[in-house]
Order: sequence, then structure tokens, then C-alpha cells
Amino acid sequence: MIARIVQFFGDGSHARLRWRVFIAVLFVIVVADFLVKRGHGAFFFDDFPGWGAAFGFLACTAIIFVSKFIGHQGGIMRDEDYYD
Amino acid sequence: MIDWIHPGLIFLVGALVLPALKGRSQQIWLLVVPLAALASVATMTEGDYGAFTFIGQNLLIGKVDKLALVFAWVFTIMAVIGLVYSLHVRNTAQHIGAFLYIGSALTVVFAGDWFTLLVGWEIMAFASAYLVFAANTVSATRAGMRYLMVHITGGVLLLGGIILHGQETGSYLFGPIGETGGLAYTLILIAFIINAAVPPLNAWLTDAYPEATVTGAVFLSAFTTKTAIYVLIRAYPGTELLVWLGAVMALYGVIYAVLENDCRRLLAYHIVSQVGYMVAGVGIGTEMALNGSASHAFAHIIYKGLLFMGAGAVIHMTGRRKLTELGGLYRTMPLTVVLYMIGAFAISAFPLFSGFVTKSMVVAAAGGDHRAAIVLMLTIASSGTFLHTGLKLPYYMFFGKDCGLRPSEPPANMLAAMSIAAILCIGIGVLPGVLYGLLPYPVDYHPYSGYHITESLSLLMFTALGFFLFLKYLDPERTISLDTDWFYRRGAGLFMWIASRPIARWEQMISGISDTVIWRSLNFTANVSLVSDLKVVDAIVNGVARTALRCGAAMRKVQSGVVSHYAGAMIGGVLACIALYVALWTG
Repeated sequence: MIARIVQFFGDGSHARLRWRVFIAVLFVIVVADFLVKRGHGAFFFDDFPGWGAAFGFLACTAIIFVSKFIGHQGGIMRDEDYYD
Repeated sequence: MIDWIHPGLIFLVGALVLPALKGRSQQIWLLVVPLAALASVATMTEGDYGAFTFIGQNLLIGKVDKLALVFAWVFTIMAVIGLVYSLHVRNTAQHIGAFLYIGSALTVVFAGDWFTLLVGWEIMAFASAYLVFAANTVSATRAGMRYLMVHITGGVLLLGGIILHGQETGSYLFGPIGETGGLAYTLILIAFIINAAVPPLNAWLTDAYPEATVTGAVFLSAFTTKTAIYVLIRAYPGTELLVWLGAVMALYGVIYAVLENDCRRLLAYHIVSQVGYMVAGVGIGTEMALNGSASHAFAHIIYKGLLFMGAGAVIHMTGRRKLTELGGLYRTMPLTVVLYMIGAFAISAFPLFSGFVTKSMVVAAAGGDHRAAIVLMLTIASSGTFLHTGLKLPYYMFFGKDCGLRPSEPPANMLAAMSIAAILCIGIGVLPGVLYGLLPYPVDYHPYSGYHITESLSLLMFTALGFFLFLKYLDPERTISLDTDWFYRRGAGLFMWIASRPIARWEQMISGISDTVIWRSLNFTANVSLVSDLKVVDAIVNGVARTALRCGAAMRKVQSGVVSHYAGAMIGGVLACIALYVALWTG
């Protein structure tokens, strides 16, 4: 059973289905985030439905591009034989 | 003393017996010892044990309280898991290294005084370095030396700080360092944050851990940084600096993880990131924050162990460690994929996994302390954690481009160890009350609120959306990343260059000057003084002597012994005196 689940995530033949399931999951989570009962959060942003989704996406994008920028332009990434 | 057996001592005795055992009996011993230690922790009651006086100082080998017990529990559980994982290893020395490492970490955890702590601290450095050296490659030996140098430096700082602190306070009992800003305070803090891998003092970790043996890295990921968190909780709770260092640290690890190609180095950068949450928790210093740090350390040790075991299994089966050389392994290693992913969900703090109930406690404590910037920084780091450990690493290691390798699943003992860790990751997530009950302060925190679940899932799943949309920008590259170890790796080169070029030249020039100018002038002066000694001083001395001799000879002739001669001389003398007197008087 475990092998079949892993196959589902690996095999290219399921790619289209995987995207559909993924989008459906995103949709359900966002809807749930709007419906869920909110207490008074510590900060103003805790009270916005959809805050987690927007922040997650932006944070992920920022991490990828800022890090790669620092890595390439900041001279952090070097050839593998740099220290040899 | 029978009412309390130090679990560290169990490992020490266990290590002494190990060389005498071979094959199956050694394997049984590798399980008996950590289980005995676990039993000792399970039956332990709070109190002070092993107090004695040594050269006028009160020392305390075993101080057992709730905080020590949380760490002792997870250290011994991880010891069992790690030793199951390394059962197939036929290298006794490596097992001894692991035993001493775990035993010394437990020594630090139960240390009631600074000296016991220092002893455990130093053994930990050497025993853990052996787990790097044991990989027996050139790069591992070099990284191991660098690792050892950093930890020896840290140990010296700690020793200096302890002595100063003892002199200032008159007591060597281990506890909070009251006064801030003094030299002792600073030295000990630096020693502790070296071991916690706080940037810029983090590079020893990410430099050495990926070079260690497959099994050694599993132990390394667990003990050194978490012992540092433990001593920070004890000695430096509520230190404002640590809040910011921790938050920066959480992001620092995330940024480097984007750039990393070596699978275990990527995981090592996420140790830095995760320990950042714990350091921030110590800095916030409220009861909830300290509970958060302790519980996150507990959860972290197990899920990070699981992740290192997963990556180690791949390295063990393929011999490869770079993401650019891996991919498509899911076909033949599905169990490893699933077990690794449980660790990945735990570190990413998915609901029902251990990170969800511990990491959020630190973030909630930051919120409760009205630190919006810290909450946002830690939340970005949470997104980054899932991005790398949960998406990038498994994607390029197990899925993605097929590297063509078809390795089988790792040995049964490796799978068993990973399964125990996976069960604990889920168990803690589903039943957080058990872990919460172990924590040093009463817990009034409920992670499973509807809002917390949907917010966490939104954050994580939209991180995944970003990952899949920008996948091609994340492709690993065949590079290494410069970290602060650059300063001592290049610095060592510079030091050697300065030693071999300018300093050697200078030395040559100085010795040239001494050979020519100084030596010759010294020679000349010596000759001059020799000549003057022979010609002038001796001549004077000899002359005086000869004159005295001649006078003596003349006087001898004068002394004839004839009375008429003496009388004549006396008369002559009187006449001469009169003549002189007359001459002077009249003149």
C-alpha cells in the first residue's frame, strides 16, 4: 500500500490528477480558514482570514529569490573546488 | 548512592566493556546499555545526588529536576534509536565514540556544578569529533580538525568564564548567571552560543556534520546543540540578545538551505534554523517560552534524527550525497520515502506531527510577549523549513530527474530505527499532553484550535504552491556556499602564508643581520677586549708585579745585616732631611 501511495506522487502519469487534488486541497483549506472561529489574536494580522495563505506564498517566493540573489550576486556560491 | 545511577555512567561503563565484545554479543550490548540508561531515567526522582567537596569547593554530580529530566528522556530515547540505526556497523571505535558522546551529554544535563559541566562539555567535543574522523576521508579529517579547533576554543572560553564567575560569586554551583555584561558572563555566553551554532559561530556544524559517518551524523544532530540549549535555559533565561540572535538564526539557516546541494548539509542548515526557535525562546524567557524551547528541543531531536537517518540511508545505499547526483529513488525505496516524509512533516509543523505542538509554543510565547517582528521572522522560517526539508530535499533526492540508480531499501535495523522515530513524531503530535507533562513549568497551551490548524495548513500548502510554481529556480547547483568558516579556512591559509613568507623573510633578515652586523661587531669587540686584556691589563698587572719584584731585589741588597751600614744609612738619612729642610726653608 505504501509503495502505491509513493508511486502516485512519483509517476509522471498522475501529474494532472496530482495538480487537481492539490488545487482542491488549497481551496478547502482557504475556505476553512474563512469559516473557522477566530479568537482575538495577539496581532492585527491574526484576524485576517487568508493571512496564512498569502503570507506562506509570499514568504516562499521571497525566500527562493532573495536567497538565490544573495547566493549568486553576494559571492556566497562558489565552485566545489574553491577550498582545494 | 544506590538510589540514583547516573545514566552517563552507564554509557561510560558500557563503552569500557565494548572492546571485549564481538559480533552478536556486541550488538546486544549496544541495545542493553541505552535501555538501561532509559530505565534509569524512567525511575529517577527529583533531588540532589552525588554532592561532595573537592579542594574546598562544593560539587554536585547529579542535580535532577524537571528540566534536566526532559532532556535526559529525549537523550536516552535518541540513544536507543541511534544505536538501533548503527547496529550493522562493525567498527567498535565508532560505537565507543557514540557511547562517550551520549554519556558526556548526559553528564552536562545532570551537572549541578560548573566543573562537572565543563568535564562533560570537553568529553563531548572530543567524542563527537571522533564520529567525524571515523568517516576516514580527507575532507572528513580536515573538517574534523576544524570542528575540534572551534570546540577547544569554546572549551577554553568556558573554563576562563567559569573560573572568573567562581571567583566573583564564591560558588561553583551551576545556575543562572545573575549579573549581566561582566567578563565571566560574556565568556560563558560565547562558549554556549558556539555550541548552539548561533551565527556567525555556526559554521563548525554545517562544515563537519555532513562529513561524519552515516550513523555518526545521526548522533551529532541530536546532542551538541541541544545540550547548549539546555545550559542556556539554565544560565541565561530572558537574555534579550538571544531573542534576536535566535530569530536571525532561524532565517540564516533557511537562506543557506536554498543554496545547498549536499543533502546532509541542507539538513544541517535546518538544525541551525530550528535551534534558532529554541534560542529565541530562551531569550524571551517567560515560562511558556522556556517550555516551548525545551519541548521543541525534545521534538527536534527525534524528527531531525529521523531526517538524518533518511538521508543517511540514501547515502548508505547509493554512496552519493549531492542532490544533483540523486533523484528518482522513490521507485525502489518507498519505505524510506515515507519515513523521511514523516520527519519532514514533523519539522514543518503539520498538524498531528510533533513540530506542530512544540514550535507553535515558542511562536505563541513570542506573540504573548507582543513581539510582532519576531513572530513574523519565525513564521517566514517555518515556511522555509517546509520548502527545503519537506519539498526541495525529498523532491530532488527521491523524485524529480531520474538519476538511474535503483538502490534497495536500507538494512532492517535502519528501517526499524527510523520507524521508532516516526512513531514518536506522530505520537507527540497526536498526544501532546504526555510531552507537556514532562515540561519544567505547568502548560496552559492548546495547539489544536481550529484557527491554528487552518492558519498552519494555509501557510504550509501555499508554500508548496510557491515551490511548484518556481520549481525550476530551485534546481540544486554544483556549488558550495561560503559561510563564516571561510574566515578560518582562508584565514588559516593566510596565517600560513604570513608565517612562510613575510615572517620567515623577516626572521631570515634578522638572523642575517645578527650573522653579519651583530655577530661581526661582537667578534670585533671580543677581539678588542681580548687584545686590550692581554696587552694593556696584563701589561699593567705584570709591570706592577715586575716593579715590585725589582724593588724587592733592590731592597734585599740594601738589607746587608751589617750594623755600621745601617748606622751609616741612618746618619745619611738625617743629613739628607736636614739638607732638605734647609733647602726648603731658605728657598
